[in-house]
Amino acid sequence: MSLRIALPKGRLAAETSSLINKAGIELDDYGEKSRLYRLKSANYSQLAFKVLHEKDIPIQVAIGNYDMGICGLDWIEELITKYPSSEILKLRDLGYGKYNLCITTSRAGKISSLEDLRQYEGDVRIASEYPNIAESFALKLRLKKFRIFPVWGAAEALPPENADIVLLACSPSDGLAKCGLNNIINVFTSSAYIIVNRESWKQKDMSSLLELFSGIQIAAIAEKRESLSSISASGMFDDMNKSLLTLALPDGHQQKPAAELLQKAGFVTTEYDAGYIRPDIGIPGVAAKVIRPQDMPLQVANGYFDLAITGQDWLKEHLYRFPSSPVKEVLKLGFGEVRIVAVVSMQLDINDAAGLRELLKNGTLPVIRVVSEYVSIADRYSWDKHLSPYRVIPSWGASEAFLPEDADLLIENVQTGKTIARNNLKIIDTLFCSSACIIGNTYSLENPLKAEKIDDIVQRLCRFLPAEAEK
Amino acid sequence: MEMRRCRGTRDLLPADMAKFRNIEKIFSLCCAQWGYQEVRTPLIEYLHLFTSAGTLTPDMLSRLYSFLDWDGWSGERVVLRPEGTIPVARLYVDNLQQGTLARFFYVENTFSFDETGEKTREKWQCGAELAGASCPEADSELILLAMDTLRRLGLDKVQIRLSHAGIIRGLFQDGGFSNGEQLNMLDTVLGGDNSKLVEMIADTPQLREFLGGLLKNKGQSVDFLKNIRSCASEFCPHIIPGLDNFITIAGLLTAAGCDYEIDLTSAQGFEYYTGVIFQIYTGGRKIGGGGRYDALIPLVGGGDVPASGFALYLDQIMKVIPVGNEGEIKPRKILLKSQLSTPDDYGYAVSISNMLRQKGYLVEFDLGCQNQECYRWILTLLKKQNDYSFELLDCDTQQSTVLIELSNVMQFLEKA
Repeated sequence: MSLRIALPKGRLAAETSSLINKAGIELDDYGEKSRLYRLKSANYSQLAFKVLHEKDIPIQVAIGNYDMGICGLDWIEELITKYPSSEILKLRDLGYGKYNLCITTSRAGKISSLEDLRQYEGDVRIASEYPNIAESFALKLRLKKFRIFPVWGAAEALPPENADIVLLACSPSDGLAKCGLNNIINVFTSSAYIIVNRESWKQKDMSSLLELFSGIQIAAIAEKRESLSSISASGMFDDMNKSLLTLALPDGHQQKPAAELLQKAGFVTTEYDAGYIRPDIGIPGVAAKVIRPQDMPLQVANGYFDLAITGQDWLKEHLYRFPSSPVKEVLKLGFGEVRIVAVVSMQLDINDAAGLRELLKNGTLPVIRVVSEYVSIADRYSWDKHLSPYRVIPSWGASEAFLPEDADLLIENVQTGKTIARNNLKIIDTLFCSSACIIGNTYSLENPLKAEKIDDIVQRLCRFLPAEAEK
Repeated sequence: MEMRRCRGTRDLLPADMAKFRNIEKIFSLCCAQWGYQEVRTPLIEYLHLFTSAGTLTPDMLSRLYSFLDWDGWSGERVVLRPEGTIPVARLYVDNLQQGTLARFFYVENTFSFDETGEKTREKWQCGAELAGASCPEADSELILLAMDTLRRLGLDKVQIRLSHAGIIRGLFQDGGFSNGEQLNMLDTVLGGDNSKLVEMIADTPQLREFLGGLLKNKGQSVDFLKNIRSCASEFCPHIIPGLDNFITIAGLLTAAGCDYEIDLTSAQGFEYYTGVIFQIYTGGRKIGGGGRYDALIPLVGGGDVPASGFALYLDQIMKVIPVGNEGEIKPRKILLKSQLSTPDDYGYAVSISNMLRQKGYLVEFDLGCQNQECYRWILTLLKKQNDYSFELLDCDTQQSTVLIELSNVMQFLEKA
């Protein structure tokens, strides 16, 4: 019987590869550096492997695209905490890839223990990559009033100004203290697990596959997870609170072009380049902080930053979800240009959205499965194009791996389109073009105390934009 | 066949709705006659209304339908209301002078997730709330109102189980537990696990004996409580205020001719109760419950206003009452047929039907596919040249009469 197995990309890949080896399954090119998504075993031809982002695996196994998967317990719990009837069975703790999910607070904040948290009289702001576990924690602790801010990453950068507590995955080597954080409680310890789809478990013979894994011990390989960002000198919190204006700067691949632009415009960027969370940018009265571009619209909307450098795509994603949100584009910066496109497999003989509708009409597809990192944009596009019925499956990267087996339509950003072509996919529509931009909180923009300073920064940057962005 | 309905929901068909409306009608009538006025709260409320002050158990909170609204960028979650009492307490705080005596009732749906998909996730409640009165007569009034409703619905084998939150809290206090421990124990007890209560509290054999007498027995009268009262000061002084209140209320119910069973371990439900708690059963099925929750209005931000109330579970009651009164209408049900052809003829038929409806008849137009058995009369409009006449078929006798004037038709119908 053929079985489909989802394997994790990234931090668990090395140990999982070693597990697969010890189980006697020959699998070429799976490991940390692997770029292939679909793998076949030379000696177990009935097994089909797919390499996916770890966070996507519980959902993919739950909806039945895979019979078995390997991923961290944290992402399994994140799914089943909110959706207890998910069709997943946790089968085996593999013991590697261990870290703790901790509730942490800033050393400079008001909460330093669980008891403080219980007694906290205000609105507790909780930031996390695990919003469902965070909500469940808050309910169990009986917090009277709380708000959850889901983030894509760099949650450790948020307290104390932008969050009161953070639910964080961390290991002792991460040095929470270095980030100015206190661990007030371990919620649970996560490690790699084998999960299976419940229906597959009831109906398919997986015994010979599972036997291969029994009794195998995997030694932990040295920590390779991205460690928490280092922090600039303590005492910066005060600066942030006293400053006239707060600015969020992007990490990741937008960091380099953003730093270049800032430098041209006369800002100091040495600390930003060095990876500080709160870099000094050399403008009196302006405090900067480095966070994920995806998280910026939400943070700006809540007034935690007056300005932020992010992408137009993330602003649109945010505004589609929350139309009345007080955040808007202030200046298009022009770098990091991408197109947001609709993509299908080459195997589908269609060239536009009308073709997809036709596939629904003639029964080729019972439902359009739309996968995207941009859940709200994908939802809006499917709705506007009348692709009903459709389902949006959230993804956390490497989304092109989903087509054609696990999804029918992909909403993705592309620069050149080479990745699309290499994966035997084709673009059938362009939704919009997106580049980096400055976004602002609408209340801050209207605030006469801040307007002059904002205008000053915008004017400085304006002079150094690529010619086309100014149009 | 594949169901297109959402899991955990149900459709109410005409026969179900007849029962539903019947229950609603009788409940509303009873409430009105006891001086209660109807209110309705929104289906969505802020999550923090239910989390503030720990008014629901974590198990109930984990079953909430919570989500971010379109303006939820601030992280403020909203929920589909999981129960009716807390929103009404909020309504009181938002709209009324604090301390005003208010008697409210409502018929509302509530939502709580059930992962099996077998129980319904949408439940209807007939609720009554009494704010601004703390006397034992107020508690008694609510129980009697609930019983009056059930009696008028034709349910006679109804059992009331009484408990008292003040006594349970007093036990925890006498056990010397911290607030945190009390909360955990309360969760266990309220979650339905009563068996551990005695073990948790009693550390001496004497106390264990006393608690056994208190918790493991069920009393049928106020005398049971008086017996407990006689030993309480020795073992559990903190339960005495609650016990005295309980004795008064039980005495009032006895005087009003209301039977009950005293079972202190039947307190499961909401943890916001502070005084008497009552649960209503019929044939082993729980069909309602309520009690006193003096702390609730302060907890949702209002003044120090005492309150109590109950809810009857409409879905459960629908399962146990006999068929609703949907059959009653047949004697006045007419099928209107016509062999006419012009728009003017149609206009005439409509005017005839309106006149009949004004007289209280239920008139259906013949669209060609009605089952004729469910009508009392079939009225056919005839036309010769420019004159209309009527053929009236009595479906019970199968006798047909031709009548010239509409007034003749009316007379004929009224005579029959």
